[in-house]
Amino acid sequence: MVVRQRSSRGHRFTESPVLQLALQGWRSRTVVLLLMAAFGALVARGFYLQVINNDFLQEKGDSRYRRDIEVSASRGKITDRNGDMLAVSTPMKSIWAIPGDARTLAPDQKRQLAALLEISVRELDGKLGSDKTFVFIKRQVPPETADRIAALKLTGVHQEKEYRRYYPTGEMTAHIVGFTGVDDKGLEGVELAFQQSLLGHPGSRSVIRDRRGNIIEDVRALKPPQDGKDVRLAMDSKIQYLAYSHLKTAVETNKAKAGGAVVIDARTGEVLALANWPTYNPNNRQHLSGAQLRNRALTDTFEPGSVMKPFTAALALEKGKVRFDTIINCAPGRLTIGSATISDAHPHGALTVAQVIQKSSNVGTAKIALSFPPKEMWDMFNSVGFGQAPNLGFPGEVNGRLRPWKTWKPIEQATMSYGHGVSISLMQLARAYTVFARDGELMPLSMVRLEETAVRGTAVFAPHTAREIRNMLEMAVQPEGTAPKARVPGYRVGGKTGTAYKVEGGVYAKKYVASFVGVAPISEPRLVVAVMIDEPSGGAHYGGDVAGPAFSQIMGGALRTLGVLPDAPVQVADAKAGKAPL
Amino acid sequence: MVRFNMFLLLIAVVCALGVVTSQHRARKLFQDLEGEQERARQLDVEYGQLQLELSTWATHPRIESIARDRLKMVVPDALGRVVTPPVPPVKAAPKKGAH
Repeated sequence: MVVRQRSSRGHRFTESPVLQLALQGWRSRTVVLLLMAAFGALVARGFYLQVINNDFLQEKGDSRYRRDIEVSASRGKITDRNGDMLAVSTPMKSIWAIPGDARTLAPDQKRQLAALLEISVRELDGKLGSDKTFVFIKRQVPPETADRIAALKLTGVHQEKEYRRYYPTGEMTAHIVGFTGVDDKGLEGVELAFQQSLLGHPGSRSVIRDRRGNIIEDVRALKPPQDGKDVRLAMDSKIQYLAYSHLKTAVETNKAKAGGAVVIDARTGEVLALANWPTYNPNNRQHLSGAQLRNRALTDTFEPGSVMKPFTAALALEKGKVRFDTIINCAPGRLTIGSATISDAHPHGALTVAQVIQKSSNVGTAKIALSFPPKEMWDMFNSVGFGQAPNLGFPGEVNGRLRPWKTWKPIEQATMSYGHGVSISLMQLARAYTVFARDGELMPLSMVRLEETAVRGTAVFAPHTAREIRNMLEMAVQPEGTAPKARVPGYRVGGKTGTAYKVEGGVYAKKYVASFVGVAPISEPRLVVAVMIDEPSGGAHYGGDVAGPAFSQIMGGALRTLGVLPDAPVQVADAKAGKAPL
Repeated sequence: MVRFNMFLLLIAVVCALGVVTSQHRARKLFQDLEGEQERARQLDVEYGQLQLELSTWATHPRIESIARDRLKMVVPDALGRVVTPPVPPVKAAPKKGAH
């Protein structure tokens, strides 16, 4: 009993030899080491999370509260030269549903929804009964209605923002402005031609949302939204209205199939008006026919007829072949070239060159034309823009048809001099007449408003040639001319009639295209107006009777609108007062 | 030493609270800004709609039919028109009360 003996010797408890056993040193070191290792592991993990794997975790964190939202951009507006709206986009909502979720709607809720959307409950049920996962209930819903639907808090019914394009001027400007399809894609007219600049590019930004869905912090803008650029056209909506309404009247009174009218500012080459009939309402495009959609003034070519005669006369004057008072024998109103015979509608005797234009003699013009080689005539036709598109950047512009001069036979050269055997569009014709309005310069045309007020063209004829032709054109609207109905009270106007047979299946049919192209005021021309009426069948078919009155009204109204000073003494007019638009 | 540490701790707490309040206020202001921007967008939309309405009311056919039918206006014929030559630009403003 050693222990008892020692304690009996009075050992203190702590000095008990049992408790005095020394701890082995490795044990404590192991514990310290383990603790250090655990600590090291923590540091390493921390380093891994904070530094190496940071991006992934940051992203995970962001996705809990950060959202990338789209910022919408709207399509540019189209306005006329004075800023009047021609095409505007306004936001609309489309209401769509997930049919699987929306089936739980109470009948009462369905009734409310159908009433707000102005559809029948049965129609709504039909849409929700679909087995698709996504169904549009109604598109293009006004935003106020959409807000009231949102307030109903219907399960499975959602909304999406979209834009709708409105055309306040409707059918009046339909062919110039055109229209867009779904997704803001321009399909016709300026909407198509200027698609790139009109189109808006939506942007996006990254934001932090709180629990209630409010945006509380802008992290960064990923892509700024870009609204489409506005397009300001050269068109003057008032002149456009004049052109449209008088063209419509002319087509209706002459029971014609179609018609077109173009107004060009001779100082700048801007297209102030372009009207076609028939037309369509771009705001409601159901049941559209190709005839309505066609932009005839640009896309349809026709054999222009006598409106070409001044070009032949101008070339003869320019080359010094004739003077304005050179006598040409047009008797007996017929001319045989090879096996073909051309004739005048009314036989004339001997006429001066000016009278040939005034009275529109085919024989006289053909005789003038045969005095120069085909190449010279082709060059002239080519230099006034026949055979080439007017380059307006418009969809569907045509070149017209001007055959190479090497293939011309004499009879063809003769008929071409008065506008048969070539085909051009109304726009080309109006543009070609700028050479007479501009002292011999052919103007480049522009669909958009130009900043400069004086544009130079390419010289085709000498200024004195153009002036002499202008005087001849003025004679044509005198009582002895072919188009006394084209006169405009208060202004000196000049122009040329055209009455051409239509070609159908390669032969001339007994159908006509009546046209009139003119410039005014003669003393300092400001405008070129061209009017074309297709297949008039109301009795009259001569250009002077069919297209002349419409020309007179459009030209008179446009000159007054532009504030052009009258250059003729006011005379008692035969135009019926009170019929013209204000 | 202990007192100094307590002092630093106090400063740290005050700073932390400051950060929290300013963050909160920044978010409040940002929400207001966002609201105003939303309002600006809405007004812009409304402006577009009003422009549209204006041009719909002011179409030329409508103006003409009102002038012609309701106001009984007519276009004067050539005899009813007097042309005034353009006034040359006035160089100096006319004196007031000149006799």
